[in-house]
This record gives sequence, C-alpha cells and structure tokens, in this order.
Amino acid sequence: MRLFRSRSAGAWWLYAARRLLAALPILLGVTIFSFVLMRMLPGDPGSYFISGPNAGPAEIQALREHLGLDRSLPEQMLIYGRELLRGELGYSLGSGQPVARDLWIRLPASLELTTVALLLALLISLPLGVAAALRPHSWIDHAARLLSTLSIAMPAFVSGILLIYLFYSKAGWVPAPAGRIDLFIGEPPRITGFLLLDSLLERNAERFSAALAQMILPAATMALFALGPITRITRAGMLASLGSDYIRAARALGLPQSRVVYGYALRNALIPVVTTLGVVISYMLGANVLVEKVFAWPGIGSYALDAAITNDYAPVQGFILIVALLYVLLNLAIDLLYGLIDPRMIDSGTGAP
Amino acid sequence: MMRGNPLLVFACILLAGLILLALFGAALAPFDPQASNVARALQPPSALHWFGTDHLGRDILSRVMVATRIDLLIAASAVGIAFLLGGPLGVLLGYRGGMLDNAVSRVVDMLMAFPMFVMAMALVAAFGNSVANIVYATALINLPFYIRIARAEAGRQRHSGYVLAARLSGNNHGRIVLAVLLPNILPILLVQMSLNMGWAILNAAGLSFIGLGVRPPMAEWGIMVAEGAAQIAGGRWWPALFPGLALALAVLCFNLLGDGLRDLLDPRQRR
Repeated sequence: MRLFRSRSAGAWWLYAARRLLAALPILLGVTIFSFVLMRMLPGDPGSYFISGPNAGPAEIQALREHLGLDRSLPEQMLIYGRELLRGELGYSLGSGQPVARDLWIRLPASLELTTVALLLALLISLPLGVAAALRPHSWIDHAARLLSTLSIAMPAFVSGILLIYLFYSKAGWVPAPAGRIDLFIGEPPRITGFLLLDSLLERNAERFSAALAQMILPAATMALFALGPITRITRAGMLASLGSDYIRAARALGLPQSRVVYGYALRNALIPVVTTLGVVISYMLGANVLVEKVFAWPGIGSYALDAAITNDYAPVQGFILIVALLYVLLNLAIDLLYGLIDPRMIDSGTGAP
Repeated sequence: MMRGNPLLVFACILLAGLILLALFGAALAPFDPQASNVARALQPPSALHWFGTDHLGRDILSRVMVATRIDLLIAASAVGIAFLLGGPLGVLLGYRGGMLDNAVSRVVDMLMAFPMFVMAMALVAAFGNSVANIVYATALINLPFYIRIARAEAGRQRHSGYVLAARLSGNNHGRIVLAVLLPNILPILLVQMSLNMGWAILNAAGLSFIGLGVRPPMAEWGIMVAEGAAQIAGGRWWPALFPGLALALAVLCFNLLGDGLRDLLDPRQRR
C-alpha cells in the first residue's frame, strides 16, 4: 500500500499485536464486573423459574443445585471462567437455549442495523461537515449546525417513534415496524446473517427490497443520532487543517482546489473524526437496546433487555461480554485506522493521539 | 457578557422555565396528572386539553409539567454525586501523579468509551427499579468524565505559582487539593456538569422507556413516551410527541448552556 511505502510490514504487525494485547485487560475486567453484578441481583432465579403449584422448597433446592447456585461465589466465578474459555455462556432460563447460540443467531441483526446506520450517517455527515467548513457562516454551515444540535438533543427512542408515525402510520411508505423482514416472504438462507447481503447473494430482489424496507426506519433513527457528533468534528477538523501552513503552502504552489481539500486537508482532518467515530459507534452499541425495542428488532439488545427484566442472569452477562468484545475489536480497528491515516502513530506505538 | 451569544440567552430562558416547572409544576398544572377519565381517553389536542389526553384519559400537558421535577431531580442528583466524588478524586490523582494516577487514568479512559447505557441498564436490572438506583447508576457512568477532566487540569496546574505559594505558606496537601486546586478547576467542571446534565436526562429517560427506571403510573417523560409509543401505530401522535419534545428541549437547554459557558470561559475554543 502506498501509505506503508517507507514502513516495513513487521513494524505494522508489531504495532497491531501490541494494540491487541493492550485491549485484553478490559475483557477480563468486564467479565468480573458482569459476574459480580449479576450475582447481586436481589431476585433468586431458583424460585423465579419454578412457579408451578407443586413446587416446594425441595424442587427449588434441586434447581439451585442444578444451576450451581448453592456453591460459594468464588467457586461460581471459577466455574464461569472455565466455561467461558470453552465458549460456553450458560443457558437462558427464558428460552431454554444456550446463550451463546441465542446471541450468535441474533448478533447479525444488531450488527447489520448498526453498520447500515453508520454508513448512512457517514454518507451525510462527512460531505456536510466539509461543506460547512469550506464556507463558514454560510447557510449550509448554519444548516449543519442546526442539524447536529437537534441530533444530539433528540433521544433516539423519540425520533424513532416520530419516524414511525410519519412514514408508517401517516404516509404508509414502509411496512409495520416489526422485525427484520415480512414473515410471508421469509428470511433468505443464512450465509452471513446479514439479510441485505444474503438476499443479494441469493439474487432475490423481492427479499432484498423487503429487508431494506424494514431496515430504513431503524437505520435512519440510529443514523440521526450519529450525525451530530460526526458533522461537528468533521467541520472542526477541516477548519483547523484548512487554516494550517501546509494548506497555505499547497495553495501557494498552485495546486487545484480539489487536491488541496480532499488530498491534504481532509486526510489530516480525519484523525479526530476517527477518534469520534469510535465513541459514536460505542454509544450506538448502547442505543441499540432502545432502537431495537422501538422497532421490535430481533437483535442482541432486545434479547438482553427481556432477560434483564425477568432476572435471567446468563443472557445479560453474555450480552455485556459480547458488547465488550465488540468494543475491544472496534478500538483495535480504530487504532489500526490511525496507523493507516498517520504512519507516525506506528512508530510511537501508542495508538490514540 | 451575554450579548453576542443569543444561544446562551435562549438556553438561560429555557433553564428558567425548566426550574419554574420543576418547582411549581404541580401547582401550575391545569388538571390532576393522575386523574384518569376513560370516557375522555385519547382525545387529540383541544382548547381544554392543549396536549390532548392519554390512553387513560389523563391530561398530557399536566403530566408533562409535573414530570419536569422528577426528570431534573434524577439528572441533577446523579451529576451532583458524580461531581462530588469525581472532582476531588481527579484533583488528588492529578496532584500526586505517579503509578496510581497512571493506573486509574487508564481505567477511566477505557470506561469513557464503553457503551455506558449498557452498564447503567445492567446496574438497574441488578439492584432493582427505584429512583435511588437510577440516580446511582447514572452517577456511576458519569464519574469517569469528572475524574478525567479534574485530573488533567490538576496535573497541569500543580506546578503553577499559586500552588507553590500555597505550599510555601504552610498548607498541607489535603488543603491544597480541596481549597486551592479544586476551586480553580471548578469552572471547567461546571461546564462539564452542564453538558452531562443533558446526557443524564437522556439516560434516565431511556432507562424508564425500556421499563428499567421510574415505574408507572408516575408521570415521567420516558415512561410517557413509552406509553405513547403504543398509540403511534393507530395514528395518535400526541401521547408520545409532547413528552418527547419536553425531553429534547431539556437536553437542548443543558447542551447549549454548556457550549455557551465553555465559550465564555475559553474564547479560543469558540467555534
């Protein structure tokens, strides 16, 4: 790659490995945190899940022993850690299925939603931020500012509900906000679990448009919420780099405007954008819970929420762990992106500036 | 000082309105916020019910007004606790420096970017739905911001003249942290408090919206939006829209206030 012309591939791999190692302690911390937290639940799942008329103390005790709830807390923690290493996340008492399987089935729904929303947000906010920085105090700058202020103030669950009202109840342009695809059309055979991708691979236009129709509103809701911070930081970063000496030098050398703006200014403005992107995606992982609830989206957020309300330990723990894992991978990806944008980072080896 | 910053003026007017409603909302409300009247359920906005009525026939305007107190109270207590714990702790760490400072700041940096709403959700699920638990959960997820800012500022100012002068005139370390450094960092922390208020309001309302916060029948903006969401498919927009707008306005108010205060404090950062 052009960017690595002067770097050896070894230095880059060393950098990547070091960033990965630095991310590991958070996984350990989150594991312990979620374990201790879930064991503090006031409700006893042993008595919660036996509610039949024949259930006496003996049955409850039997279930508690079956679940391992009669052992000491450190003992339970050790068992939990051993199971985790084998990829076992325990059983959901609600669905009766292994949590790892439940999460694996539902993860693509959440990832697809977040990815589409993020792409949508970038598609709007990057050009908007650049345009606003090129003409400060013009109408487009004011429009960008208004949009980002509203986007930051508007709760995702409120904008989601308003979008449902406008585009489903009123205009009737989109199908009912329930799930990922019309039940009569059915899901495509699972390859990636991303319905848009799978229906494309299957070359089934009807399924693709059905999945897209369900996706538009929840993705727009999440994008709306991500727009504000990205637009703001793009504008600020572009203003800073457009005002710098190297841009003046580039202009003085007579380089064309497009080369100056997109070749030099934007590339340098991207570093703060990537930093913000990390925070925004991380918040999107949290907002997933709210958006999935509003749109009855069968992702990991709604799964964890249902479990949290019924004192079902294992799914909530599994959800927190998977979010932590996604978060660690995300930060790794961002550190590597820094390395791509600014090779100096690889030398310092510190990642985030 | 405020001239030339119309947004800050706007934010102050909004803030005054919010505080007024929080204090006297119950007295100013035209109807009893809990009085249900099924015969008048789901009426659209009219001259009698400006914001319409909900599925139990309760007056939405009155409920939105009364809810201001609980929403602001939760957010303000949470931000207050986070500030009272995180501010001094951060100053202490920044002033002392060293290994502990390094370790804590690493943890704080990691926590800052973790999906905090998930954390708050797990905490409230674990300890039960009560107003106190929402406050503690929201306070906990706000804590890293204060530690980080106070630590960075204290680290920068600990070698400055006024700190050395205080040390030379015989103040002990505890006094320097609490009575010398902290007051000088206060303005920056205040800006952060204002920005966090908006976030805390969103967080608490979000928890109530998913059923892990304040419980019905209490009038609270997040619950009201959740109750209104059930009416949206039937084309009834008012039960969700008005509490949603109240939420957005409150968040907007604190965000603009924080931005405006920051501009006042540090004109160089003005965008």
